[in-house]
Amino acid sequence: MDREEMNLLVEISEANFVVLETALYLNINPTDENALYLHNNASRRYHQLLNIYETRYSLLRNTSEDSCPWSYVDEPWPWDINFNYKGGM
Amino acid sequence: MWQYEKRLQYPVRVDTTNPTLAAMIIEQFGGADGELSAGIRYLTQRWTMPTGRAKGILTDIGTEELAHWEIIGTLAYKLVKDATIDQIKGTPFEAHYVNHGKSPFPHNAAGSPWTANYLNSKDDPVADLHEDMAAEEKARATYEWLINVSDDPGVTDTLRYLREREIVHFQRFGEALMIVEDYNNSKRFY
Repeated sequence: MDREEMNLLVEISEANFVVLETALYLNINPTDENALYLHNNASRRYHQLLNIYETRYSLLRNTSEDSCPWSYVDEPWPWDINFNYKGGM
Repeated sequence: MWQYEKRLQYPVRVDTTNPTLAAMIIEQFGGADGELSAGIRYLTQRWTMPTGRAKGILTDIGTEELAHWEIIGTLAYKLVKDATIDQIKGTPFEAHYVNHGKSPFPHNAAGSPWTANYLNSKDDPVADLHEDMAAEEKARATYEWLINVSDDPGVTDTLRYLREREIVHFQRFGEALMIVEDYNNSKRFY
């Protein structure tokens, strides 16, 4: 996996982190408009990044559309990636 | 229902081969205060929670714990995947290896298999949420002991992230407990 692909996965992780963190907070404080604003922005970015990744590389979700061949089963799987940024897996 | 996303929640990096550290990390894969216990505990307690907010917190934190369980399994696997037999022999990982090879398995660092005795579900939201808050603090403490014994910078980085999540979860469970107590008190006036 090259550095560019790793960086995109890291960007997805960052956006998803904000989505989950604001979701936990909103579960307790459903009427906090500022938190909801943060959540909505991060959610939009997160879904955009997922779509960019899946178009450019391979499926992250088996619910997404794909072109042949089905890329969900492509290596590497998550536990085979090492985020050492040295270009290797 | 659940959907899988084919990535880890946190970008994991492991810098060394270290079977002994893998055997210790397994504590959080199948130990009493590990991620599997946490996930099953919270997801099991959902049915008898009285408010939507408490159900939401248990659902989302329980789901996140399963993602953490996947991270822990990845740390343990990466620490042994390139290990030679000579590097395994004489380490605490040797007992794991003769049964499971290099596959992670849900037992604790001392080899006791995971059991549902590690958790409870009481149909009493106050009792359940107190258990959940204690569980988060015990998991935080376990991560601190693991960070103390880790000499792999990549593993330590991920352990710090997981430790921080326990603190956030404790906070949210505390707030859920207040919501449930307010709910119980308001019911008594009717």
